[in-house]
Amino acid sequence: MNLDPILQRADVWRGNRFPARVEAVSSGFGELDEHLPGGGWPRGALSEILMAQHGIGALRLLTPALARLSQDDKRWICWVAPPYIPYAPALVDAGIDLSRVLLVHPRAQQDGLWAVEQSLRSGTCSAVLAWPTIDDSTAMRRLQLAAEAGSALGFLFRPRRLAQRPSPAALRVQLEPEPGNGLSVTILKRRGGWACGPPIHLDVPVQQHGRAMALHSYSATAPGNFQSQWQ
Amino acid sequence: MLLCNTPAHSRGICAGMPVAAARALLQDLIVYPRDYAAEHKALQSLAAWAYQFSSQVSLYPPFALLLEVRGSLTLFGGYAALFQRIHDGLEALGYASRMADAPTPLAAYSLACCNHEQQVTGKSRLPAVLGPLPLSVLDWDQTLLDRLHGMGVRRLADLLRLPRDGLARRLGADSLLYLDRLLGRCADPQTLYQPPRRFRHRLQLPAEVEQAGALLFALQRLVLELCGWLQGQGAAIQELDIRLWHREQKQTRLKIGVHRKSRDAQQFIALLRERLERLQLAQAVIEVELRADHLLALDAQSLDMFGEKREQGQIDLLDRLRARLGDAAVRGLSTVAEHRPEYAWSYSEPGDSQQLAHDRQRPLWLLPVPRQLKTQDNWPCLQGRLELRHSRERIESGWWDEQDIARDYFVARNPSGSCYWIYRELTGDRRWFLQGIFE
Repeated sequence: MNLDPILQRADVWRGNRFPARVEAVSSGFGELDEHLPGGGWPRGALSEILMAQHGIGALRLLTPALARLSQDDKRWICWVAPPYIPYAPALVDAGIDLSRVLLVHPRAQQDGLWAVEQSLRSGTCSAVLAWPTIDDSTAMRRLQLAAEAGSALGFLFRPRRLAQRPSPAALRVQLEPEPGNGLSVTILKRRGGWACGPPIHLDVPVQQHGRAMALHSYSATAPGNFQSQWQ
Repeated sequence: MLLCNTPAHSRGICAGMPVAAARALLQDLIVYPRDYAAEHKALQSLAAWAYQFSSQVSLYPPFALLLEVRGSLTLFGGYAALFQRIHDGLEALGYASRMADAPTPLAAYSLACCNHEQQVTGKSRLPAVLGPLPLSVLDWDQTLLDRLHGMGVRRLADLLRLPRDGLARRLGADSLLYLDRLLGRCADPQTLYQPPRRFRHRLQLPAEVEQAGALLFALQRLVLELCGWLQGQGAAIQELDIRLWHREQKQTRLKIGVHRKSRDAQQFIALLRERLERLQLAQAVIEVELRADHLLALDAQSLDMFGEKREQGQIDLLDRLRARLGDAAVRGLSTVAEHRPEYAWSYSEPGDSQQLAHDRQRPLWLLPVPRQLKTQDNWPCLQGRLELRHSRERIESGWWDEQDIARDYFVARNPSGSCYWIYRELTGDRRWFLQGIFE
């Protein structure tokens, strides 16, 4: 029996494949991209980054993608209520165009969520970074919808203890430090794919030499291949 | 009684009734004396607003405006479209309106007065169209009208049928001239309205307002007037200057800025709504005022930029965030050419950044103020003993402004795997500090 005609059918879904159209932005880490639907951080969706402590490289995991967005996309990269001051010289070193960086410092928690939602929804932000500490699934769903509406990459950095809580985010990863410059990334959830078990080990050196690194990692995927090899 | 509202009308009150008779019908009737000065002011602000539709606007007190629209028809997409726009605009401002289009100012005025909202294109049709109108549309002396009435003249058609020399004798030269102007037999030059060079409109509130949100309705009206006026001026603004007037001439000032110059009323209203939602009034407001003193030219090129690429009413994210959170809550980042790490950056206007490359190890997070580290056996600790991972970097600088520093910087890692940027003072107590986090 020939399976091909059946596999061609639109209503047959193959479990070992990511859905055909996940728009994503390469993370700059090839090994991670391989495990992400669309080959990178999903666009128009929330990505949740769960971690127990600062200082293990959560931002360094994002800087290659942010650098690329700041240079190609030209929309704002909006940081809502960052826990510390994003240090301008380090951002420049990482290849991020500072003229695309927008910092929002709301006074109240509620204003913070509002600002994240507005930024995601506006369509004028390529990425929105936020550090919400509340555990409110309604609010999270609103943010997910806003990210879809504004075609933005929403990155939420949240405490690891929330890993067990359900979340509407399209992607959830948990970070753990490893000896040296290592970072282990466990994918807890990815839309359009099974959660994958073994952690991915990445090297996120403190000294990034952003531009050089960005060039290197982007040459690995040809420009036309920006969105995904799975499309 | 000149006018009454719907509830009063439903109880039998109507215009033209003596006040005493009306009071007899409805004891709790509230009667306001007619305020000619306020009417004139309203007419003037409407003229300023109407200037966007025609550069030839004249006041025809007490309640009419004349607009020369021939030249505007193409620009606004024809008669029907233009009338609809004016009608909707007036409605949004809270006015009821009647309009008529005719080849002479007096004919248009007369038709509008009689609620004949129609378009008369040629002068030759004027006698036929105006004929059925009652004599009362003529802006004439009441005794003259009474005399005509006594002569059996009821309608304009009756009047126009009378021989011209007889009319001149009975009515006088002025009235004959009026009729000639009405029918377009002779020119009727108007005094053109000159819009003011700046916008300052004040609106008295019908009642004291204590909730800021309730101010939106009145302010919205002023914003619509302002944007109409800006349109006529071919100008735009970058800031709404609002004054909320309290008793005893006290005022609260509100400024609402936009990133890019604009005259889009919907955009301003949305920002205003955002701001009013969060505003706590210390005192009740009795009047609101809107000012625009600094006009910015909005040339055809920037119009394209605004009109085409941006939809009406769409608000820049920046403006929306600032309207709610305040200007200082929304900023950009810049590098500063400075050796001392804490001065090597600054906040900036979003989009306006200096970007100096740096090739040393710098953390992505900086602490607002360096934090002194605990030590154990003279060794720095942060949730455990820190392991210093890279060679030190010595930074000595700033002797010229007495904020000099002399420090040795290290990348350090604690037992649970977090990386920090720490330094040791080279002077004094040689204390250890945490200044950044390698996130």
